[in-house]
Amino acid sequence: MSSNVITASVGQTEARPWVDELHQWLTTVDHKRLGILYILSALLFLMIGGVEALIIRIQLMHSHNNFVSPEVFNRMFTMHGTTMIFFVAMPVLFGFANYLVPLMIGARDMAFPRLNAFSFWLSFLGGLLLYFSFLGGSGLYGAGNAPDVGWWSYAPLGARAFSPGHSSDYWTLALLVSGFGSIGTAINIIATILCLRCPGMKINRMPLLVWMNLVMAGMVLLAITPLSAAQIMLLIDRYLGGHFFDTQAGGSAVLWMHFFWIFGHPEVYVLIIPCFAFMSEIIPVFSRKPIFGYPVMVAATVCIGFVSMSVWAHHMFTIGMNSYANSFFTLTTMAVGVPTGIKIFNWIGTMWGGRIQLKTPMLFSIGFLFQFLIAGLTGIMMAASPFDWQLSLSYFVVAHFHYVIVGGILFALFAAFYYWYPKMTGRMLSERLGKWHFWLFLIGFHLTFDVMHIPGILGMPRRIYTYEPGRGWDTLNFIISIGAFIQALAILVFVANLVISYFKGARAGNDPWDAWTLEWSISSPPPAYNFATVPAVASRRPLWDLKHPEDPDSRYE
Amino acid sequence: MGSTLTNPFGTALALFRSKLGGNSRAVFWCLNHDKKLVERCPPSQKRLKSNGKRQMLARRTKSTLRGGWRIALLWSASASALWALKPDSASGRGTNIFSPASTPAKSISDLSAFVLVITGIIFLVVFALLFYSVVRFRARASDGGREPAQVYGSMQIELAWTIIPILIVVVLFLATARVIHAIQDAPEPPGALDVIVIGHQYWWEFRYPKLGIVTANELHIPVSDLDHSTPTFLRLLSADTDHSFWVPELAGKTDLIPNHPNRMWMDPQREGVFLGQCAQYCGTQHAKMLLRVSVDRAEDFSAWVRAQQKPAVEDPSAIAGRRVFEQNACMNCHAVGGTPADGRFGPDLTHLMSRATIAAGAAENTHDNLRLWIQNPSAIKPGSLMPAMKLSDADLDAVVSYMETLR
Repeated sequence: MSSNVITASVGQTEARPWVDELHQWLTTVDHKRLGILYILSALLFLMIGGVEALIIRIQLMHSHNNFVSPEVFNRMFTMHGTTMIFFVAMPVLFGFANYLVPLMIGARDMAFPRLNAFSFWLSFLGGLLLYFSFLGGSGLYGAGNAPDVGWWSYAPLGARAFSPGHSSDYWTLALLVSGFGSIGTAINIIATILCLRCPGMKINRMPLLVWMNLVMAGMVLLAITPLSAAQIMLLIDRYLGGHFFDTQAGGSAVLWMHFFWIFGHPEVYVLIIPCFAFMSEIIPVFSRKPIFGYPVMVAATVCIGFVSMSVWAHHMFTIGMNSYANSFFTLTTMAVGVPTGIKIFNWIGTMWGGRIQLKTPMLFSIGFLFQFLIAGLTGIMMAASPFDWQLSLSYFVVAHFHYVIVGGILFALFAAFYYWYPKMTGRMLSERLGKWHFWLFLIGFHLTFDVMHIPGILGMPRRIYTYEPGRGWDTLNFIISIGAFIQALAILVFVANLVISYFKGARAGNDPWDAWTLEWSISSPPPAYNFATVPAVASRRPLWDLKHPEDPDSRYE
Repeated sequence: MGSTLTNPFGTALALFRSKLGGNSRAVFWCLNHDKKLVERCPPSQKRLKSNGKRQMLARRTKSTLRGGWRIALLWSASASALWALKPDSASGRGTNIFSPASTPAKSISDLSAFVLVITGIIFLVVFALLFYSVVRFRARASDGGREPAQVYGSMQIELAWTIIPILIVVVLFLATARVIHAIQDAPEPPGALDVIVIGHQYWWEFRYPKLGIVTANELHIPVSDLDHSTPTFLRLLSADTDHSFWVPELAGKTDLIPNHPNRMWMDPQREGVFLGQCAQYCGTQHAKMLLRVSVDRAEDFSAWVRAQQKPAVEDPSAIAGRRVFEQNACMNCHAVGGTPADGRFGPDLTHLMSRATIAAGAAENTHDNLRLWIQNPSAIKPGSLMPAMKLSDADLDAVVSYMETLR
């Protein structure tokens, strides 16, 4: 059989010297290897961004602390934000999409494997460019260092008058280059989903993960393009004498804000929708029930995709828009809470009446539901624009979006790691370390980000390197910093789990979770060609049909 | 909980229960491909024994208690920790957004309380559903590995949890739109005080165009009472990068953006000093761009205005310091009324000693701080745009004594 021949050649590959192995990884166009490369590069940048966060938290531990200078502090929060959004969250989600989408739709690779490799290396190059600024950029006051203009680099702070040297050029180029990589991957995901589905996988039978990644990829196309355009305009301003954002020559600072946030808000959904996707696969399997309201989940996702394109200016409630604009963006922002709420209800509906197995992926999923609920509600508070005039630019906002990004996205990602690691490596992650990781991270997270809302209510603005004593902020900031270190400890447990389990974890087998989607029908890790014979499906849960021939889903769809 | 809100939720909950049933019901519903509800009896459910059910109930009560106890402990611990940390805003000089002292801040605070109550209720309802389903539907050894009933959804339930949130959004939006209009579209009454606020890296310039006053970092405005309102209207400009004017107890923040003039107003009903600071990241020393608003009684305010309108005091004993000031670069950036010094890049120093702080609130206005600031600004505010003037000790002392005559 052909599979035997290929197995034999895989055996030979393992015997090759490590240089050849490395060469294979660097030149691969296999969607699974590229997916893993995306994930590994994101983990690398997660460590770096995490260290930057710890430096920020040490500096803020008490008032008038002198751990770092204001210049260094400003670089740290700029690099932390840019790194975490562009070089951790996006790549890791693209990595999972790359790995899972072809497997879930029964395809042998992405539609454009070479474009896939090109996109990954562009994104990675972007990250390297950003960090090269530590060596090659000369920042404010000729200090020769990383950008310090904030992760949204508001005009005119990014203009040459206020940001001389090359540090913000590296920021611009990093975002531009990795943006092209993201656009390439988005095109690839869309083409793959539309063209490479296996026989029987009609568009309304795709797993929800595939549906949601389709919406995510569409949003990437719409969101990244204005950002790239704005970066090119900024470069024209800085080097070719343009005046788009150069306020000293009559340019518009507000124009930059619109460009940035018409990228920036859809970006939030670009990040959270793949996490909805993880939840929509993991919660059903560990509740032992199909997703509740599949068509409504799809409709809600598409609805979020559209509505979230028209909410960007809620980041700009304080810039002095007129009352009609403020009212409009208040309404659209609150409206986007409706489809999001429907999703939460549907996940609870999936758990309702199930047999919930509290394994580590499910623990992280429940953590996600709890934290995402709170993040959504604080979001509604800030959607009420007058409330936002107080909360915006304060630590309340910082707490809110970390609730989304850490409490939501990162928890969902951890769930995905524990769920799909066996498929990627053939080994189970340790449940014992997993529970340690979960509880430590949960405690650290809540210590940090629950408490962080309060200094915002007490008037503490974000991005300040120090503060005056006697404002009631000291103790709160101290607790927040302690929580950050507990989270860092939990991340170390997680990384230890990834490494130890790779060598010593229990063998996973094809289908350790008794799951229902196509990737679990093949060996772990899957062979290079994925499926020896292209599968055919008759329902949304092909493996359920296979395991329950007496009561298949296909009878009810 | 407001009855208008609990009732729809209660209805949804009842629907939810009747449709999903839980383990004890052997009848389940699902959507078939014709989108009609069909009754479906899963084979696995038929074998459920009543005896097993009773045992499960006992086990469940125990584990519910254990889980509930754990979470209650966690919550009460964090709540009491927060209570212990609750800052004392009554001691004054607080910046709590929930102790408003002026109409815009008050209406924001009221709206915020309303939004908090609604979102709080939503949180309680959804959290209860989540908590209940995790505890109630946990897998147990007695399940014997059977699959639960396979339920695919229900259009009625989906409609319920679509329409109710839409109604909540409509209510919240209408309440919010009223406040937006009331604050943003308030007309300026004839008796209002006009102030132009100009944001600089990293200090505030205040100009009173009708009164001919220029000052810095410490804004003086009159107290306003509800019967005889004397609000202050601020016109917000920027000389360089974006800034944001935020005094939480007086009003929400508004940005100062170059080429984009903004407006905000406040009518403080309490006297005292209100603290705030720049809220929009504006460069290296964003953190020490502090802001003080002194709300004065009417007569105190007019006295302050009269004092500020005078030119600088000419004290012959400080003539040496004045000479140093005018022969060095000081006067290129700073203005002193009635002298040749008319620089506009730094704060106006005509009445420097009437201010409680220097360096935009970074230090108290004392002799030692003033000396240190002129000698080495980075010691107080690293990254500040004021250069170290490298004066000799004698010149330094002379300039400081000159500054101290500028009352």
